[in-house]
Amino acid sequence: MELQQYSPYFLFQETYALTKRLFIQLKRRPSTLFAGILQPIIWLFLFGALFSNAPKNFLPGVDSYGNFLGAGLIVFTAFSGALNSGLPLMFDREFGFLNRLLVAPLSSRLSIVLSSFLYITILSFVQSLVIMFISFLLGYGFPNIFGLGIVFATLILLVLFVTSISLCLAFVLPGHIELIALIFVINLPLLFSSTALAPISFMPNWLGWIASINPLTFAIEPIRTAYASQINLDLVALNAPYGDLTCRNCISLLFILTITSLLAIRPLLNKKLN
Amino acid sequence: MNYIQIKNLSKSYPNVSALNNLNITIEKGNLFGILGPNGAGKTTLLKILSTLIAPDSGEVYLNKIDLIKKPREIRKLIGYVAQEIALDKILTGRELLDFQADLYHMEKSKKIERIEFLINQLDMIDWIDKQCGTYSGGMKRRIDLAAGLLHIPKVLILDEPTVGLDIESRNIIWELLESLKRDGMTIILSSHYLDEIDKLADNVVIIDGGKVIDQGTPFNLKSKLGGERISLKVQEFSNYEESEKLKEILLKIDGISEIVVNKSQGYSINFVADKGKDFLSKLKVELAFCKFEIFSLTQSQPSLDDVYLQATGKTLQDAEIMMAGKRDLKKESKQSMR
Repeated sequence: MELQQYSPYFLFQETYALTKRLFIQLKRRPSTLFAGILQPIIWLFLFGALFSNAPKNFLPGVDSYGNFLGAGLIVFTAFSGALNSGLPLMFDREFGFLNRLLVAPLSSRLSIVLSSFLYITILSFVQSLVIMFISFLLGYGFPNIFGLGIVFATLILLVLFVTSISLCLAFVLPGHIELIALIFVINLPLLFSSTALAPISFMPNWLGWIASINPLTFAIEPIRTAYASQINLDLVALNAPYGDLTCRNCISLLFILTITSLLAIRPLLNKKLN
Repeated sequence: MNYIQIKNLSKSYPNVSALNNLNITIEKGNLFGILGPNGAGKTTLLKILSTLIAPDSGEVYLNKIDLIKKPREIRKLIGYVAQEIALDKILTGRELLDFQADLYHMEKSKKIERIEFLINQLDMIDWIDKQCGTYSGGMKRRIDLAAGLLHIPKVLILDEPTVGLDIESRNIIWELLESLKRDGMTIILSSHYLDEIDKLADNVVIIDGGKVIDQGTPFNLKSKLGGERISLKVQEFSNYEESEKLKEILLKIDGISEIVVNKSQGYSINFVADKGKDFLSKLKVELAFCKFEIFSLTQSQPSLDDVYLQATGKTLQDAEIMMAGKRDLKKESKQSMR
């Protein structure tokens, strides 16, 4: 049987097949999907309840703590999902399934990476929408169309940034135990050292500095802005110790980080996949 | 016609030389057997041929295409069935084949037709729509083989495909390989099962320690040994000291050569007796003098194991046992991971 000659369609065909495989796995083992939704909802309930008797307007610009927390949890959900995105690849390495892909005449082995990006992006969107809908039912509001655009653009950048790091780790670390251990170590500290749970003004100076250079903060603040009724990309979103950052500044910084990480992992992926 | 040419191929891992200046040629349409104990370098060789790892030095040409310079061209021509069966246990067999077909960019109509053909050919209809995680070893191997054959490769590379399989699955695979050979497919089969290589292979190379020990047709390799292969036992299970004494006795007898102690057969003594020479009466006298009695004395046709034995001084089984103690499989697995 003669194989078809190279065409861009091949890249689509193999990326589609690789992504479809990940979604079949998700469909038959949906626990990660549900856990990814359930965990932030539990946080929303418990943290919301924890500060329910806090004085009104103790947080600037929001009515309740749940309102403040929503953006942080959306980002945390996408972040956790993206951080775990290297695991399927690591298992494929360990069980030899990656060799099945590498023996095939893929038009570009980048399709292996592309499928992971697609899968995690779609999964994060679904999980975020569910969390946003439940937040809405709890009375924490819902962004308008422009706001939704900001939410999803920010999430795409964050997912690309974190997924690229996770895929890189999946190739660098010796096995899934080490990868899980690293995820375990960096997951919550990154959340606590961002503005997900509290504004910078609540933090000691040293933590404020960390939070204001934490990539999660650059994703949280634009989404928090998207939840505000009047959206202006040039309004100050973050009072960082080194100066005020607008919503546009945060998204731009996240964009720069994402491009930098994608460029940085490229040589490693080329080495490992070619 | 030399369809595959392997020239001066070498590959080393930290502290281990896996392949050492290997030269092999394989003809089109041949079933080419690679025989050797575990750790001989068979898997490394097959991984290089399937473009999974690059050699340190040397050249490989498949149908005159340089494997090192044009791996993607080579991947279109080969089907690879790895030693470790790597299936996605969540997918059904049919979904796995469909997935594999997309990776080979097969057209939808041809893909469906080909998958159905292989399901019937490998007798998988009863379980193809169950998840791979529920399959037995034989079923996994069959689906793995079907995946390797999906795009009708010019060269099928199989790394120990029948290890640990039940007889039914083994027979199905043997029949399939013979039918593929009749259809003109070039097949490279590595195994440490002598009977498998003897039965299936047109040509065989025996490798040990990453080096070629011998190569040729199984018939020629066995024929050129000459003499009569004799196995002597003075007890059902002997011991090292006794076997050494027997060796000394046999060394005195004219017409006996290549005396080897076969530990894996209860320290039996294997040797070659010159054809037409009466060694038996002298043997009986010498044994009686040393107060030994013959427990068994068997003559057999030369086997590929004898070829290996003559070349290395140890049986394939003994080599396996020796390697089992030396190999760090966990380390090898990590080394082979990308």
